[in-house]
Amino acid sequence: MSLAGLGVQAPLLLGQVSQPMLLDQFTQPLLLDQLSLRYAYATFAILLAVGLYMMVASPNLVKKVIGLNMFQSAIFLFFVATAYMHGGSVPVIPTEGGAVGEYASPLPHVIVLTAIVVGVSLTAVALALIVRIYTEYGTLDERTIREVVDDNG
Amino acid sequence: MANPELALLVAIPILAATLPLFLGLRFDRVGWPIALVVAIVEVALASVVVWRVFTERAAGGAYTHHLGGYPREYGIELVADPLSASVVALVAVVALVVLGYARRGGPRRNSFYAAYLLLCGGLMGATLTGDVFNLFVFLEIVGLATYALVAADRSGRSALAALKYLIIGTAGASLYLVGAGYIFVATGTLNMLELQEAIPETVGYTDPLVIASFGFVAVGLGVKAAVFPLHTWMPDAYAESPDTVTAYISGLVSTVGAYALGRLIYTVYTPAFFEAVPLAADVLVAVATVSIVAGSVLAVMQPDVKRMLAYSSVAQFGMIVAAFGLATQQALLGGVIHLIGHGLMKTGLFLAVGVLATAYGVRTVRRYANVGYRAPLTSAALGTLLLALVGVPPSIGFLGKWYIAWGAIEAGAAIVAGVVFFSTLLTLLYAARLLEALYFTPSHLVQGGVPADDITAYPDGGVEDGDAPGDVPGDVPGDAPGDVPGDAPGDAPEDGRGDEDGHVDRIEPVDPSVSVGMVAVAALLAFVAVALGFAGPAMEAFLEPFLQEVL
Repeated sequence: MSLAGLGVQAPLLLGQVSQPMLLDQFTQPLLLDQLSLRYAYATFAILLAVGLYMMVASPNLVKKVIGLNMFQSAIFLFFVATAYMHGGSVPVIPTEGGAVGEYASPLPHVIVLTAIVVGVSLTAVALALIVRIYTEYGTLDERTIREVVDDNG
Repeated sequence: MANPELALLVAIPILAATLPLFLGLRFDRVGWPIALVVAIVEVALASVVVWRVFTERAAGGAYTHHLGGYPREYGIELVADPLSASVVALVAVVALVVLGYARRGGPRRNSFYAAYLLLCGGLMGATLTGDVFNLFVFLEIVGLATYALVAADRSGRSALAALKYLIIGTAGASLYLVGAGYIFVATGTLNMLELQEAIPETVGYTDPLVIASFGFVAVGLGVKAAVFPLHTWMPDAYAESPDTVTAYISGLVSTVGAYALGRLIYTVYTPAFFEAVPLAADVLVAVATVSIVAGSVLAVMQPDVKRMLAYSSVAQFGMIVAAFGLATQQALLGGVIHLIGHGLMKTGLFLAVGVLATAYGVRTVRRYANVGYRAPLTSAALGTLLLALVGVPPSIGFLGKWYIAWGAIEAGAAIVAGVVFFSTLLTLLYAARLLEALYFTPSHLVQGGVPADDITAYPDGGVEDGDAPGDVPGDVPGDAPGDVPGDAPGDAPEDGRGDEDGHVDRIEPVDPSVSVGMVAVAALLAFVAVALGFAGPAMEAFLEPFLQEVL
């Protein structure tokens, strides 16, 4: 899959990302413009860290899965943000062709859709396993479960 | 280009995975026959692919299939080259062989076989795809099927192990996706071959985005390949899952994870990236080297046999990743051979361990005492595979380690060569522990050991009657002491002592369901592991075009 074939130039896309050198090369954005472009990446990093922390630190199994979902959502946000084109239109191109100007890159959206499907199925499996664990141990607290498992050898 | 066999390799098992569920509404126990048919078809298709790669790639042509007829700029491409063809062959063979065990030994529900086939299709897809995002999707399909399989016996412990694996594995796959996203942003393409050209042409190897993407990809796939310290899911997942599942996933799932890492390193980033960013290669080799030592040391300390073999996998994958990081011709050759060899050997080992656990209820190294004389064929297979894993020639384990060590010396990485040698000694240490228990520890010295004689009461299938031992031994363990001396007077003194101590009574109830097939597949894999030890030149000739291409 390639952007070049879809009519979006790679450098245009590069301009969207925190790439100081290339950014200067291709665009001359205002400070406000940069901020409006980059807060999404900052949010991506924060959500990623929060999700990871929840997975590691929370003893509650369901909260671990929520952390995992947040971790994945951060990545979806990253992909959608890379597709964003300031002032660009919806990537719907008439079959007869013709100039459509700048438009958002459709490929990252497709990727995110697929990744969301993957994420939902993983969440389903995880919750099914948690139901099994709950019926077996009667708790969702990881520490309690570990004690029970250790006691039973 | 249209080579439909590549697409069929992926599509057939995934589509067939629905059949056990649908037909299961009408019929019982349809899973196994369906899985068997699919596995045979997969082996046939895989041999076609291997044959065509061997004959046609030598001429230099690309062997690809464009899904939906879209060229690789727009669509997804399936690519077979010597590396992916080797792994495809491994997946097909192991999927078929494990079925020989699963008929008697495994979970028999239809849903189990649905997951079994889904995993097979996912592994094929991850192996053949030429698109970095598609690789993520297939890795997640592999993951999903594996989590379901690990929990297949529906116990709380296995569900816990599966959930741990799910959370760690998904986090790893997500990190890989971040890496794929970074490289996509840097170059604007997702096709591996396009990326290979696009990285140096657009941003260059030293671009922070490319380096960061390599870091994410390496960590993400390192989780999948269970490289220390990202291995923590592996011992639990292997030890708690049913024996059939352990054999199946130990040979394939991490193998494909390591394969994906090698594929990304050599096809996308290429050794030129390592030259531009030597730190990346150094860190990779250093982590892998630590993994070899840590995995081996942890393996030696395990009382549980399955857990011990799981930690041994950590060490072996460390060796494979180190070989990928060294990026010399011999090391890469050794890495690929060891990747395939480890898959075969671990599957065989877990199958043999499963046979012994089913027949005698023994799961710890201590309780393996004297089992070697009770289950001669299975134990011989187990012993042979252990020695192959250590690297005793002639065996595929020896070939892999030999080439990796040779490559390490070639690359001037004396530490890695030393660690490979040292880890062979450590492997010998835990292999010898098991072998000593099997053959040289009298069972009466061990609490709960299996008594030394009365072989017919516990046929392991390879001994004499095999096929239907079910009815005879079911009642034996409890009341065995009484009849034993009469049956085999020669061993009476030993056994007499065992009886007096009352140890024999502690044998777990035996599930008398070991079939000839279960023993035969373990023996077959032991035979293959040794036979492939003679196939070094052939494998070198097969992988030569790939090595030439990437190095």
